[in-house]
Amino acid sequence: MSTTELHVHNPVEDLLRQDRVPTIWCPGCGIGTTVNSFAHALLGQQINLQKTAIVSGIGCSGRVSGYMNLDSFHTTHGRAIPFATGLKLANPELTVIVYSGDGDLTSIGGNHLIHAARRNMDIMVVCVNNMIYAMTGGQAAATTPGASNSTTTPYGAFEPELNMAQLVDAAGACFVARWTAFHVMQLERTMAKALKKKGFRFIEILSPCPTYYQRKNNMGDALAAMVDYKKRSKIKNGCPTWETALEPGGEIVVGEFVDREREDYLTRMRRQLGSHYSEFPPQPEEQESEGCEKEC
Amino acid sequence: MKADQRCVMTGTHFINGDAACCEGALSAGARFAAGYPITPSTEIVERFAARAPQVGGLFIQMEDELASSIAIQGMVWGGQKSFTVTSGPGYSLMMEHIGLAAISETPCVFVDVQRGGPSTGLPTLPAQGDMMQARFGSHGDYVTIAICPNSPQECYDLTVKCFNLAEKFRVPVMFMMDECVGHMTEKVVIPPAEEIDLYPRRHASKPPGEFQLFEAGEELVPEMAHAGEGYKLYVTGLTHDKRGYPALNPAAQRELVGRLFEKIRRAQDELTMVEAEGLEDADVVVVSYGITSRVAQKAIQAARDKGLKVGKLRLICVWPFPEKLIRELAGKVKALVMPELNMGQVVLELERCAGGQCKVIGVPHPGGTVHKPVEILEAIERGAR
Ligand SMILES: Cc1ncc(C[n+]2csc(CCOP(=O)(O)OP(=O)(O)O)c2C)c(N)n1
Ligand code: SF4
Ligand SMILES: [Mg+2]
Repeated sequence: MSTTELHVHNPVEDLLRQDRVPTIWCPGCGIGTTVNSFAHALLGQQINLQKTAIVSGIGCSGRVSGYMNLDSFHTTHGRAIPFATGLKLANPELTVIVYSGDGDLTSIGGNHLIHAARRNMDIMVVCVNNMIYAMTGGQAAATTPGASNSTTTPYGAFEPELNMAQLVDAAGACFVARWTAFHVMQLERTMAKALKKKGFRFIEILSPCPTYYQRKNNMGDALAAMVDYKKRSKIKNGCPTWETALEPGGEIVVGEFVDREREDYLTRMRRQLGSHYSEFPPQPEEQESEGCEKEC
Repeated sequence: MKADQRCVMTGTHFINGDAACCEGALSAGARFAAGYPITPSTEIVERFAARAPQVGGLFIQMEDELASSIAIQGMVWGGQKSFTVTSGPGYSLMMEHIGLAAISETPCVFVDVQRGGPSTGLPTLPAQGDMMQARFGSHGDYVTIAICPNSPQECYDLTVKCFNLAEKFRVPVMFMMDECVGHMTEKVVIPPAEEIDLYPRRHASKPPGEFQLFEAGEELVPEMAHAGEGYKLYVTGLTHDKRGYPALNPAAQRELVGRLFEKIRRAQDELTMVEAEGLEDADVVVVSYGITSRVAQKAIQAARDKGLKVGKLRLICVWPFPEKLIRELAGKVKALVMPELNMGQVVLELERCAGGQCKVIGVPHPGGTVHKPVEILEAIERGAR
């Protein structure tokens, strides 16, 4: 038997850019685990992968877009959401996913996160929360649990950590969930569900960074992180998001917290514009010209 | 390719430069825009917000200029033509995404209606203080094209031109208006759609699988495809190879940045866009751009009335700078005079290109109003001595 015959085809492979492997991620990093759940969720759906785009900012987590065999956009630090907004508005047929890190989405990009949720822009945002700026070498993020050590908070941070779930809930997201890299099956199911939903969807995933966060805080390796997630997490679907704060060493509330119906931006725009909106075929030169009504 | 008549407001209008710019964008086929309000540019997007839905487009007011300047790039990769509009402080916030557009070769237009600075400066008063920022504002090495109108008519005509140049060279194009031309109301003639030539998007001519997103042919400008067309695009702000994949090494950097420069350098002749008059026997040539050229006109006339031989050179395209033209001109005249509404920006480039062959006299002005013709006249007289 040749080795090729031995190779068992993993359906996820088709969703990854094989020519980009190996990834830049460290052994034990949780980002790849989340991508595996994401790829399975995508495969399980009837969505057209040709019409699916993934947008990232900058960071270790921001590299996800570049490993997916989709239309991939690796933008600037913090600005994946406004790029994705433009993409979706320009071509509403697209399924647009933003996949990025905690620092990227909530610190430098925090304002965009709030406003995309408020607008109920029809995009799905996946945030890998490793509680640190990993790509730049382990500095404190807005999500770093207060007492933790980081290269820029050698005495621990003097500020409390942000609860993203509560933030995007308050801003109007129509779907909000949190899992950890330990909850691969739940994560896949939640991602599948979110993929089918219309409007602003937000999924936070606690993910180990053994290289910086775990090491700086003597939390052991990736396996220890998994044990910790298993031990500390508590599934509370529908939990009010103000009860989901991630306190240092405390309970990790996971589950699907928010699942509500709200008219998304484009639907509302069309409805409000009514007859003021004129459909415009994408390729005018191929259409018969109908002349112009109104003043134009 | 011709403009789509449904978007073109053919006729004779009495509108200001901001409104004319908006109509120019629509004529050019831009039906999508993102922006954040700021004087004196807001009228452009206010008008666009009303006009765009009539042609199946939209304006989205983003949460800030960082968002606007990247949302438009999402729109472009989503298959549309798009632009953003701002002034001083907003332009500063957009710098990072001008760099992104440059490295990802995203064709788009940034309109900056210049006002006095630095910082919040003079919100409703004119300046031309962002000219160096238009050239060098984002970090790293890149080139852009910057165009300066001096009338509402040009705000229309040259906006169309900006979109065409953006598509042709796949660069972010800077449309450098100023408060005066933006708020000045004059006659603007919008031609019939069939008389407006549009440069079509350089769309991939090869099917997915064979197409490489950053493979540039003869002209050094690659073709592009859009999300959702099956190409599995990879677009990154990192230095990349022909596939668009990150390539973080000196060789890839040299190849990419070299090409970004070379594609514009080669087109220097085409991008030398000037209005020239009386250069043949001139002793002094007044070189100006934007609103300042209209004040300069007065000074030139006054100098001629005094018997001086004065020529006029108005730069319509300021970046890339018309290096060759200036070099030749500098060899023939006694002096080049450059008034501008800043403390001396483009004059540095003028001096460099003149290379000591003639006197170069700047007429700086911190903005807030335009020059007095006499200030320019004095400089002309000094040059003629
Ligand atoms: C404007 C800007 N500021 C700073 C940086 C440097 N930078 C790159 S990644 C990063 C942090 C990323 O953190 P996060 O989003 O949490 O991603 P992670 O690496 O942890 O996955 C920073 C600060 C940058 N690229 N751009
Ligand atoms: S530094 Fe941390 S987050 Fe980045 S790849 Fe390594 S383990 Fe993952
Ligand atoms: Mg992080």
